Amino acid sequence: MTTRASRSGIAIRFGIAAIASFAASPAFAQASKIDPADTAWMIVATAFVLMMTLPGLALFYAGMVRKKNVLATMAQSLVAVGLCSILWFAVAYSLTFSGDGPVIGTFDRIFLKGIGLETAHALAPTIPEILFVMYQMTFAVITVALVAGSVADRMRFSAFVWFAAGWLLLVYVPLAHWVWGGGFLQAAGVLDFAGGTVVHLNAGVAGLVAAYVLGARRGYGSDNLAPYDLSLAVIGTGLLWVGWYGFNGGSALGANSRAVFAIVATHLAACAGALTWMFLEWWTRGKPSVLGMISGAVAGLGTITPASGFVLPWQGLLIGIIAGAVCFWACTKLKQKLGYDDSLDVFGVHGVGGLTGTLLTGVFAAGVLSATPEAPAGLTGLLEGNARQVLIQAYGVVVTIIWSGVLTWGLLKVIDMFAPLRVSQQSEIEGLDISQHGEALQ
Amino acid sequence: MKLVIAIIKPFKLDEVRDALTAIGVHGMTVAEVKGYGRQKGHTEIYRGAEYAVNFLPKVRIEVAIPDGQADRVVETIASAAKTGQIGDGKIFVTDISRAVRIRTGETDNDAL
Repeated sequence: MTTRASRSGIAIRFGIAAIASFAASPAFAQASKIDPADTAWMIVATAFVLMMTLPGLALFYAGMVRKKNVLATMAQSLVAVGLCSILWFAVAYSLTFSGDGPVIGTFDRIFLKGIGLETAHALAPTIPEILFVMYQMTFAVITVALVAGSVADRMRFSAFVWFAAGWLLLVYVPLAHWVWGGGFLQAAGVLDFAGGTVVHLNAGVAGLVAAYVLGARRGYGSDNLAPYDLSLAVIGTGLLWVGWYGFNGGSALGANSRAVFAIVATHLAACAGALTWMFLEWWTRGKPSVLGMISGAVAGLGTITPASGFVLPWQGLLIGIIAGAVCFWACTKLKQKLGYDDSLDVFGVHGVGGLTGTLLTGVFAAGVLSATPEAPAGLTGLLEGNARQVLIQAYGVVVTIIWSGVLTWGLLKVIDMFAPLRVSQQSEIEGLDISQHGEALQ
Repeated sequence: MKLVIAIIKPFKLDEVRDALTAIGVHGMTVAEVKGYGRQKGHTEIYRGAEYAVNFLPKVRIEVAIPDGQADRVVETIASAAKTGQIGDGKIFVTDISRAVRIRTGETDNDAL
């Protein structure tokens, strides 16, 4: 009895303190019921998505470069996390998720202004807003880190630091606002559950443009540029794969069945992508490579991302098969035909996967997964008679490609004026580890 | 004194070491090296990009022995390292003009 009494005493005091501190804040009006289960799951999902960048993507990318560039490749993921996290809290979150203007958000949440213990965002009313800030931060971080793969082995570190900051604010933030934060693409009805356009297509197109602007690696097409240690890349893939449960499952923004359906579709797509790439390689090249299997898995994961919370398990499997085939073609045939040197195939895997997945979301979207009491039909795609959704998805794709392509090109050209993008020829031969960071693997 | 230098397939190292120990060879120096002979290299494919790998990993063994043992050591290495497949390696024998054991200062055959 005493315990219960003292507990309720604490609760009352806490409640009074909370009311006292938030009554003054305008955000108090948004006070809502924080659900412990949703909050617990979203804390976990946030940690999972950060793990995708560190160490997931850092290992995945570093394993695919040459030994002399391993640390420099990891450094790009590290600086993306450090820099973009701070920028996100300072200004990027506010511009992305506060206000619902068609083009850009507001400065209302700059430096987390007005966010307290009881505030929640309208998109995620059952978890603390500060958690929503953190969760979305991990998406911004990994998108910037993804782009780095296309310019691995040759971009100057200082230029990359400028690029990471500029690209987050100029390219990522507006696009994320358009698709998720109440902007014009969301208003148009573009469906992107966890980042087919905002994350994968966006990073892929930026990677392609950056590969063109920086030019091919020295010795591309003639020298041996084989990966240093694919076992690192396999570990990285495993961390990305598991992390993706938080990426797509967390995008349900709550601990609910839809989150689990998203996770199941995600997992099946990864499996199907890995097997499809493996069999295609086996068939056309005679041997199933480990790099092929992990590439297929990541292709499946990237492609299912926009669709994950909208499709049934069997549709996730089908999307994974399509992803494995299309991305295999993009990395082995399309790349050769176009002649660009996207070092780690950011475009071939993430760009093409994001594009394919965004369009397929318009084909497969099953209303039952997004049905609510207010809208019992849910959001549907071509297979359920809503052919128009495919066109809306295509609109989202076209806007993303143009926006990301043009802005990335312009940003790189501006940075090149004061911080040359590429290392010197000598530094490139020596390796970026020693020339950019003064360290080397022994 | 003779120096026997053998370039062999890496996975044959243990067999060669055991065989040499069995005939009374007490020491050897081993290094991981890369090279090619008639085997040439092989092709590796990464997401459709083909690379010719010219230098293959091999193990280089050096054994210093008194003159009389050279033939037996060469035969032992040759039989232990042989798979019959291309790329089994080569054995070279050269003269040693002088040897010193650093710890004791012993020289020539006493130092082996």
